[in-house]
Amino acid sequence: MSVSVECRDLAITFGTGPTAAKVLPGVTFSVQPGECFGLVGESGSGKSTVLRCVSMLTDIWTGDILIGGKPVRDMPLIKRCRMLQMVFQDPYGSLHPRQSVRTVLNEPLVIHKLGDREERMRKAITDVGLPISFLDRFPHQLSGGQRQRVAIARALILEPSLLLLDEPTSALDVSVQAEILNLLQRLREERGFTYIMVTHDLAVVDHMCDRFAVMLHGEITEVLPREAIPGNRATHPYARELIGASLEYEGAH
Amino acid sequence: MEKTILEVENLRIRYGGAPTDAVRGVSFTLGRERLGIVGESGSGKSTVGRALLRLLPGATITADRLRFAELDLPSLSEKEMLKVRGRRMSMILQDPKFSLNPIRRVGDQVAETYLRHFRCSKAEARDKALAMLEAVKIRDSKRVYDQYPHEISGGMGQRVMIAMMLLADPDLVIADEPTSALDVTVRLQVLNILDGLVRDRGIGLIMISHDLNLVRNFCDRVLIMYAGRIVETLAAADLDKAKHPYTRGLLAAQPRIGGGRAPLAVLDRRPEWLEEIA
Ligand SMILES: Nc1ncnc2c1ncn2[C@@H]1O[C@H](COP(=O)(O)OP(=O)(O)OP(=O)(O)O)[C@@H](O)[C@H]1O
Ligand SMILES: Nc1ncnc2c1ncn2[C@@H]1O[C@H](COP(=O)(O)OP(=O)(O)OP(=O)(O)O)[C@@H](O)[C@H]1O
Ligand SMILES: [Mg+2]
Ligand SMILES: [Mg+2]
Repeated sequence: MSVSVECRDLAITFGTGPTAAKVLPGVTFSVQPGECFGLVGESGSGKSTVLRCVSMLTDIWTGDILIGGKPVRDMPLIKRCRMLQMVFQDPYGSLHPRQSVRTVLNEPLVIHKLGDREERMRKAITDVGLPISFLDRFPHQLSGGQRQRVAIARALILEPSLLLLDEPTSALDVSVQAEILNLLQRLREERGFTYIMVTHDLAVVDHMCDRFAVMLHGEITEVLPREAIPGNRATHPYARELIGASLEYEGAH
Repeated sequence: MEKTILEVENLRIRYGGAPTDAVRGVSFTLGRERLGIVGESGSGKSTVGRALLRLLPGATITADRLRFAELDLPSLSEKEMLKVRGRRMSMILQDPKFSLNPIRRVGDQVAETYLRHFRCSKAEARDKALAMLEAVKIRDSKRVYDQYPHEISGGMGQRVMIAMMLLADPDLVIADEPTSALDVTVRLQVLNILDGLVRDRGIGLIMISHDLNLVRNFCDRVLIMYAGRIVETLAAADLDKAKHPYTRGLLAAQPRIGGGRAPLAVLDRRPEWLEEIA
């Protein structure tokens, strides 16, 4: 089942008093059921923070976030986990150092009382292009890209309707990236998954997303269709600059 | 390019308890240049970098030759190595947040690198650290100085690592995916800083990266690694003329702006690639 996402006036401030930082002053956007929506923009502009709010990793925000029309705040934890999963930007931080890959993948299956666990784990690890023997490894025995693939496998194993992807492939070589992006595309076609994907690579946006938002200083400057990238049809100066720089970065060949 | 900074010959590395070598006979030299290393995830790129700094406890490292400037690295004591690591040879690690102490303010950690290597007061070190955070284009550097690692964004973490490296003023920099979390505009600014170090100070720079556009436009030469070996070495400008099927496969797998939506090309990894050497 496909779900929509609706963010209205999403705002968050970290800290209090004179050092308080208003990281998101008020962000509004909506994502169609089954859409892949991109979030791009300046480093430090609040892209990861948006995903952390949508996934309720932090709950000190104000405004409304609706998933499939229902406020995410009111969703019981166990239901929320089946509904949405997140892949983090920093794979080291997101995997417990003393848990083997098997434990990482098994735990959600146990909590959600799913059967065929061994079979599901093997499928998840194979889907992300790792050998089954890696189930018995620990995070420190994996390369950066291998850790990221374990994190993706963990997010996929519960087959959530909404995946929040924070730079899911920036630690992967382009051949593994191609496998993961193809897998994500296939899942979207077969099961109608909805994605919100943060990336710095506009070629990835063009390949995967239907529309994308360009962020600067906690605000969305502009929401654009993917077709706006090749000819740089942005109107906001920052969005134009970012797309222009990306075209140039890729263009010199 | 004239002066050789680093010589590596037949480097082999095996992790403790592992059945096979993670790095299998890697050889290259580095002058005052920008050398890119690309290669499959898990092919041993970070392992090579960490071995040069001797940051691999429990692993067995052998080499026919491992020279950095006038130093024979394997024969240095740990005490001598402390003077080299961070100061003369510096690595920007792939997982910045993991490499920082989670319970100390990031700015203090940057200032500390300066204090560790140079004689100065705490206040001077703080000023140096703040100036360097600004140099790597961190907005609001005073606020970021006082934040803890979990409070900064991914791209800020990478720039904090770069600021630390810059303060130590080394002769050799090994940058492991230093700019993957930066937007393209900031990435180009940071690459310009690194470029300046090679051009003006004559340092040697090893850039480990998955970003083919980056190595093509920014590096002088590129090594391509597969399963612990170098399978091809190319001038960066000739990357598109690569011959090895792994490298060709990488180029084909790259999504491009305006490139359409058909599934991306994936690699058919051949067992014989494991045994070839460039
Ligand atoms: N827990 C926190 N406490 C204080 N400030 C925070 C916290 N989390 C995030 N911030 C601040 O919020 C801002 C946005 O951070 P965020 O991680 O969302 O950026 P981002 O757009 O994902 O950047 P990047 O592309 O570099 O990953 C940053 O200035 C950061 O310092
Ligand atoms: N501590 C360890 N013990 C055992 N094996 C390890 C250990 N650390 C790394 N490895 C293995 O060594 C190989 C090389 O790892 P390395 O981190 O050098 O890869 P990499 O080329 O940097 O990959 P990536 O691009 O994904 O970061 C991988 O197969 C990895 O699983
Ligand atoms: Mg982020
Ligand atoms: Mg690595």
